[in-house]
Amino acid sequence: MNFHIVVCAGIVPDPLQTLESTTAPNGPGIKNEMVLPAVLDPWATSALYEAANLAAKNSGSPQNPSKVWLVSLGPKAKLQQVMMSVAQKASFELVPIDGPIGGFPDAQATAAVLADTIAAIPGLEPERLLLFGGWESATRGAGVTLQLVGERLGIGDQFQGVDAIDMHEDGSFEVLERVEGGKHQVSVCAGAPAVLGWATGNLAEPRNNPQQGMANMRTIMPALQKAKTVALEANGLNYVSVSLPKQQRTTRVEKNMNAEEIAREIVEWIGAK
Amino acid sequence: MSSAPQPIEVDRPTMEVDIVCAGFGPATGGFLTTLTRAWSENPGDPAFESKVAPGMPLQVMCYERADDLAAGVSGVVTRGEGIRSSFPTLEPAEIPMAAAVKEERVFYLLDPIGARRSTLLRFVDFVLGLGRKAWVKHYSFELPWTPDFLHKRGGMVLSIGQFNQWVGSKLMAGGLAQIWPGTPVSGPIFDGNNGKEKRTVFGLRLADQGVDRNGVPADGYMPGMDVRARLTVVGDGPVGAVGQKLDEQFGLPAGHARREWALGMKMVIELPEGSELEAGTVWHTFGFPEPEIFGFLYVHPERLASVGIFVPSWMGNPQRTAYRYLQHYIQHPLLWRHLQHGTLRSWGAKSLEESGKRGEPFLTGDGFARIGEGSGSTNMLTGSGVDEAWTTGVQLGMAVLGLLRADKPFTQENLAATYEARRRASWVENGAREAENARNGFHGGFFRGMVGMALAGLTGGRLALRASIPPAPKQIRPFASNVSGRLSVQRAAKVALDCGRPLHDALMSARGWPEIAFDGRLLVTHQDALLMGGKVQAIPGFVDHVVFLDRQRCIACQDKTCIAMCSGQALALGEDGAPTFEREKCVHCGACLWNCAQSPDGERGNIEFAAGSGGLHSAQN
Repeated sequence: MNFHIVVCAGIVPDPLQTLESTTAPNGPGIKNEMVLPAVLDPWATSALYEAANLAAKNSGSPQNPSKVWLVSLGPKAKLQQVMMSVAQKASFELVPIDGPIGGFPDAQATAAVLADTIAAIPGLEPERLLLFGGWESATRGAGVTLQLVGERLGIGDQFQGVDAIDMHEDGSFEVLERVEGGKHQVSVCAGAPAVLGWATGNLAEPRNNPQQGMANMRTIMPALQKAKTVALEANGLNYVSVSLPKQQRTTRVEKNMNAEEIAREIVEWIGAK
Repeated sequence: MSSAPQPIEVDRPTMEVDIVCAGFGPATGGFLTTLTRAWSENPGDPAFESKVAPGMPLQVMCYERADDLAAGVSGVVTRGEGIRSSFPTLEPAEIPMAAAVKEERVFYLLDPIGARRSTLLRFVDFVLGLGRKAWVKHYSFELPWTPDFLHKRGGMVLSIGQFNQWVGSKLMAGGLAQIWPGTPVSGPIFDGNNGKEKRTVFGLRLADQGVDRNGVPADGYMPGMDVRARLTVVGDGPVGAVGQKLDEQFGLPAGHARREWALGMKMVIELPEGSELEAGTVWHTFGFPEPEIFGFLYVHPERLASVGIFVPSWMGNPQRTAYRYLQHYIQHPLLWRHLQHGTLRSWGAKSLEESGKRGEPFLTGDGFARIGEGSGSTNMLTGSGVDEAWTTGVQLGMAVLGLLRADKPFTQENLAATYEARRRASWVENGAREAENARNGFHGGFFRGMVGMALAGLTGGRLALRASIPPAPKQIRPFASNVSGRLSVQRAAKVALDCGRPLHDALMSARGWPEIAFDGRLLVTHQDALLMGGKVQAIPGFVDHVVFLDRQRCIACQDKTCIAMCSGQALALGEDGAPTFEREKCVHCGACLWNCAQSPDGERGNIEFAAGSGGLHSAQN
């Protein structure tokens, strides 16, 4: 069994940062985004690890090996920097798109660029395609980009909030999707192509493997040098509101509360939020 | 008995490269920039053909401990002459948070609190106070001129995080060097027959992953790779694991010792709307919060300022709690009128190796060379290190290019004849010699120190005070050596127990320092600073990199200065009386290395500071 897995993953400000929205000339932005450290979106990073794991377990034949492509849209210099942190952890081929990402770009325009890029990947066989990505974004998810990419590529089988995929011998697979109430919905899909928006998955963060990093670099650096430059169309979008993850912190010293009282207060505090 | 993890004997993966570098900071940036630029000008030059991968360009690897190249810990002002030599057309606007130096001022800060002042200093404050309206404003006295040796005319205010990121992007776009963050190096690879006479290094060993906190293999164990190289470039700073192990193995040159340190701790503050401080403003201060603590304020573009202090080893006081001092510092009236209503954007700390020339190690050996702060390049008279570090990297780069083109091996002899010779003949060496004795006087007190510094500064180092400088552990005064001290300790201990506060923090209050009125924006608890400012974290699977060598010594220690001085509150008092270590809070400042009064050998402390992962996640430092 072999797969062609494309992972869509954007770069975002490290969610550890204190993020503030601001108003830029072309819409809402993230304050001082260029000086904040960037990471591969953590949700999509889970998707990348799952993709690499799936490809490694189902490596295919030497003539038709499983392959993982990482498609990422962002300023080339930022992409390059982030790749140095990611490339040691999983085997993939980078398909970079040099674009002016920042703030809250239009999901339609982003999806159009991603879909066009994916469709043009040399050697990619659409009937084997598993399109992976993050179910959410750590900072700026519109919550629809991956679905729109799938639609543009004509893929109707879409799953969101995926925590596990179990491949069957006949090419079909079982998917666990998160649903309300802390439960999973089990679906069986006849086979590729399909879109899977990953939640956290079940894999631990892989160790840094220097040899893996060097192997990836043989394709990453030339790909970055040849990255096509795109401009995202604004499409006259009117932003009603945007929101960013907030860090909420209250510090108080209590000497005389027991553990039960503290726990009760924390539960109340969480409930109030 | 040592409780340090012992190396694990396993078959390690091995990789052969041409050049491997430990640490990515300004020095390695200078080295790799020089090498990459020469290669890009003539990639077909046979000198750049790899010996380990024939037909390929040189295989150049750089491993950096921090999780990102931008996780540096310093806001600096630098003359930038060496940096500008590498980038002649550089405009500060090219680098985020950089600004041309516009104004430099030096202030003596009077004490608005009355917490601790020597009689002599109180007298100075009194005399200055007589002219309160004429020359004292906001509890500060501005020196009528800035001594020439302190000036950074034509220089830049920089964020080292942003500078590293800028340099790193250029390097990686160049295509020759690969710089891998999040990859701590446990030490150099020595020849099994190494002795002090024959200094040989064969490369670097990366840290083991998938181990428990004691270094025992656990789930997903991955032995650290041996990266063998023709040349190992050591630029991992003053507390780097590779540099430390080289010093342990080879010792230091005769007469050299690393005994003078300081902790630099700073905040990056978003100034309030309408701030009058212009980008490029540089203030140096002394006199407050303690006479021994110097401070600074550098203003970046877009209403950002780096504000910080240096707490030196010669301060003597075992209760060196830099974070609390920094909070008092920013509230000094001179600064507070600009900072009040500001917001903490970032925070960090790092150890500075202040021995300079006197702490210089062996710069070269067979197969290795040392550059940057860890090689003793910092000039403690001018308070400048970044440009010096960068320049030593460039000097090594030029030397390596020469040796590659001459097809000569990287022997100690060849590296000494090229890199060392170039460095000895340069402004870096001249400056280091001028600064060599500039700070001697501080070991005899604040006033003596200021006189000594002025003497050395105004005479180009020809005149300086003499001093016998004790090892760092001996610079820490015994805690509560008098009756009033013991009483204040008892009072503070009660407060600490009653309120669940660290003892050093309670001691500050007991000595008369006012409580900090937290505002949740700029004045925040130390723990909040880790999250709001430093964004500190550590991924699992690495060994604890702070190790207490002899726990009995720690239990017997009265001072526990390591806990007081820990920048991240990663050290705390354990139940058995020895400190405990939480790797997830460590910012890798290395202060514990020199803030330990319990010396097993009279020279170094009882704490090992080894290779570790994690730390600050801020690019604005």
